[in-house]
Amino acid sequence: MKEPGTTSRLARIGGTLMGGNSRQYGMAIALVAIIVLFQMLTGGLLLTPLNVTNLIMQNSYILILAIGMMLVIVTGHIDLSVGSVVAFTGAVSAIMLTSWGLPTVVVVPVALLLGALIGAWQGFWVAYVRVPAFIVTLAGMLIFRGATLAVLGGESVAPLPQALRDIASGFLPGRGGEGLHLPTLLLGALGAAALVWIQWGTRSRSRGYGLPVAPAPVTAATSAVTVMAILAFTYVLADYNGLPVVGLLLVALIAGYSFVMRSTTMGRRVYAVGGSEQAAALSGIRTQRTTFWVFVNMGVLSGLAGIVFTARLNAATPGAGTMFELDAIAAAFIGGASASGGVGTVVGAVIGALVMGVLNNGMSLIGLGVDWQQLIKGLVLLLAVAFDIYNKRRVATRPAASAASRPDKGGEGAGGGSPHPAGKERANR
Amino acid sequence: MRQEERRPAPRGGPLLSMRGIQKDFPGVRALDGVSLSVAHGRIHALMGENGAGKSTLMKVLSGVHPTGSYTGEVLVDGEPCTFSGVADSERAGIAIIHQELALIPQLSISENIFLGHERARYGVVDWGATHARARELLDRVGLDANPSTPVSALSVGARQLVEIAKALAKRVRLLILDEPTSALNEAESTRLLELLLDLRDQGVTCILISHKLGEVVRVCDEITILRDGRAIETLSVERDADGTPSIDEDRIIRGMVGRELDQRHPPRTGEIGGVRFEVRDWTVDHPDGSGRRAVDGADLTLRAGEVVGMAGLMGAGRTEFAMSLFGRSYGRYVRGTLLKDGAEAATGSVAEAIRSGIAYVPEDRKSLGLVLDDDIRHNTTMAALDRVSSRGVLNPGLEAVEASRMSERMRVRSQGTTQLVRTLSGGNQQKVVLGKWMFTRPELLILDEPTRGIDVGAKYEIYLIVRRLAAEGACVLLISSELPEILGMCDRIYTMCEGRITGEVPGEGADQETLMRLMTRTGGHP
Repeated sequence: MKEPGTTSRLARIGGTLMGGNSRQYGMAIALVAIIVLFQMLTGGLLLTPLNVTNLIMQNSYILILAIGMMLVIVTGHIDLSVGSVVAFTGAVSAIMLTSWGLPTVVVVPVALLLGALIGAWQGFWVAYVRVPAFIVTLAGMLIFRGATLAVLGGESVAPLPQALRDIASGFLPGRGGEGLHLPTLLLGALGAAALVWIQWGTRSRSRGYGLPVAPAPVTAATSAVTVMAILAFTYVLADYNGLPVVGLLLVALIAGYSFVMRSTTMGRRVYAVGGSEQAAALSGIRTQRTTFWVFVNMGVLSGLAGIVFTARLNAATPGAGTMFELDAIAAAFIGGASASGGVGTVVGAVIGALVMGVLNNGMSLIGLGVDWQQLIKGLVLLLAVAFDIYNKRRVATRPAASAASRPDKGGEGAGGGSPHPAGKERANR
Repeated sequence: MRQEERRPAPRGGPLLSMRGIQKDFPGVRALDGVSLSVAHGRIHALMGENGAGKSTLMKVLSGVHPTGSYTGEVLVDGEPCTFSGVADSERAGIAIIHQELALIPQLSISENIFLGHERARYGVVDWGATHARARELLDRVGLDANPSTPVSALSVGARQLVEIAKALAKRVRLLILDEPTSALNEAESTRLLELLLDLRDQGVTCILISHKLGEVVRVCDEITILRDGRAIETLSVERDADGTPSIDEDRIIRGMVGRELDQRHPPRTGEIGGVRFEVRDWTVDHPDGSGRRAVDGADLTLRAGEVVGMAGLMGAGRTEFAMSLFGRSYGRYVRGTLLKDGAEAATGSVAEAIRSGIAYVPEDRKSLGLVLDDDIRHNTTMAALDRVSSRGVLNPGLEAVEASRMSERMRVRSQGTTQLVRTLSGGNQQKVVLGKWMFTRPELLILDEPTRGIDVGAKYEIYLIVRRLAAEGACVLLISSELPEILGMCDRIYTMCEGRITGEVPGEGADQETLMRLMTRTGGHP
């Protein structure tokens, strides 16, 4: 009898730590389990400094897309065009760099702007004309794939300037010969300190408002785990070449988007529009404009992913980015997004993308072919969402039962404890 | 199919009898031992206030609530019936035409009429027979339209006729019409009622649910009045040589509202001040592009500390008025102004309306008022995020404190403000919606059916909140279909019918008969 109580309490604490999303919490545990599993299966190859660095670089563009996709899915839409937009922005960037000879510092902002325009185009149809996003972005998938072929003339453009390639495969400077990469360790320490500061700051502010807070030892333990995780991670990176440039970019994106979605009115409005568009509209939120900007944002991030992918490949190819949209969508759903909108977090999308990434990488390391990789990834997606739905249904039936058994709730139905003659109403009938 | 025109000859017993029907919903007894007997070849009206149990009774009859989900028995021609779904009741010759029509707009008239029992041979549709038979049925209901016209091209009145033709195609013996004229204009209504009389003469028995007293008295042979889930009485309407009915509208109203008012509403506490809000000539068209008026030249005034009622039957235009005033959230704005303290107040968008101090608590709280998969905290602050943020950055601590303060003030029973609103009871959900709008510090609070579907305990608490808000000097506009609520709560009452304000009476001394008369007064100003 005692066990369910303990596990549900654990789940609740876990849920609070993770922002109250059970699937996300479950997937965080699953991610750790998958890492441990492959670490054992590969005989320690998975977590070698080289491979961890590779993991980040291989998955960077999917992570970038997954963040944007999470926002789109939170508003209750979908974007099938991101793979084609990645290819198109990559192709245009490559042309600008090679044929036109423009410098990277000019090309990158132009590519982001191009992404924004594409996002605005799709957002216009979805938000204002109210064409379903599935259709708009399916069209976009074809349009921008076609545009990519047209721009490239069906051929690859390569090689590309070093400045661009550094974005995807460069490292932070500061490596002096052998030994650990000090700037990376320093950044890790700073990051850990910042997180601990935020954790304790939130706690003391909550206390200032008289809100219940976790006991100090619990917060201390959380902080300790955070610090250790970050230091271990940066230590592994520092043991190889240090923090990749794209890793820094990712950290900034994850932190920035998490902040916007959790702590700003803008983020709150995105959740409200996805949760109930009508209720949001009747609360004074400009729902169409919100949807429009979410698509613009997706376009910008697709442009960024396009640059990173092209830089990593050192080439713009007509087939670039194929199936990226599906990886990004799968990441968002594995990470706790709801297909009906209104639910999902940036950290969740990141966890979802990492689950997929580690599975890919781990299975490659132990020599499983692409056939098995696809099959297993598909099953993981299906099971993650099915498990969550099953879990939610179980939870949904519980509060009603527990409420009925609580004496203070019993009075509500019959109006027993309320200061009005409820009995009379009954007698009148 | 060929025996469609042949009907069983009227026998001695009634066509339909329902005996001791009792139906419970969680926390509510919707029907409490209702018995209903409908004779062959009659038009039988079912009347009662909203929530009296008419629709539930008809859902029991049509199999929407299957046998086993209620107690009591249903007999058709003396045979006990067990309906496990609508298909079963249709086989027994019962067809129901709902307020929301069940036609598929993209399909043609013929296709709709024969949907589910297509005229086909080996699965191949015989279009010739289909159209010919459809033509016959359309003639019978008096609709002059090509059977291959898509239903989307028809007016609401014509669609209603198609629905009846569809029922006739299924060899209907008992036709149930739920508020058939609520969306029709005068001419269309008359035509529909004439058709019902014709069908009756051809042997089709009819149950008519209607709020419009005039039409009921005009066409019905019997009237059963429901109140609070019970059948109060069944009146027989006789007509003398020149067609004057033996029952007048007042007699029906007495039956419908017969309940005594008791102490179910808290007394007024504050003082009423001067005029704060004034609505002038507010006119709105329905959004369907038909040019029908939803609200027609509504004028009203609201004083500080006053609870003003807006009474009307379903479809009178009250919700349309309120939503249109609230940032033009309904229909097409035609004209009209809102004055606040004598100066024009902006209502062009919801955000502007909120800034002008208006708050609207919608009737459909689940889809319009709340984000069900979010918690109490976020729902509470949703319409006034700037109160818990600065420069766009939320202050979660402040939000938590404000939300739990509001939650306490609204007496929301929950495990805390992080509980999802989906898991709350209806009454508590409504208190969260109220809290959400109170959090915007409204000067004019519009409540649309604030106690619908809420148990009596929570109702009283909501009344207390309304009283307190008024005592603090806000204006309250209370839209309700429950006359006792209007009479118990309001200082002044407007009545609406067909988009127009048809009366204004002081709350003191008003009675339900007077209101009901004003609420059913069609055709212009008093």
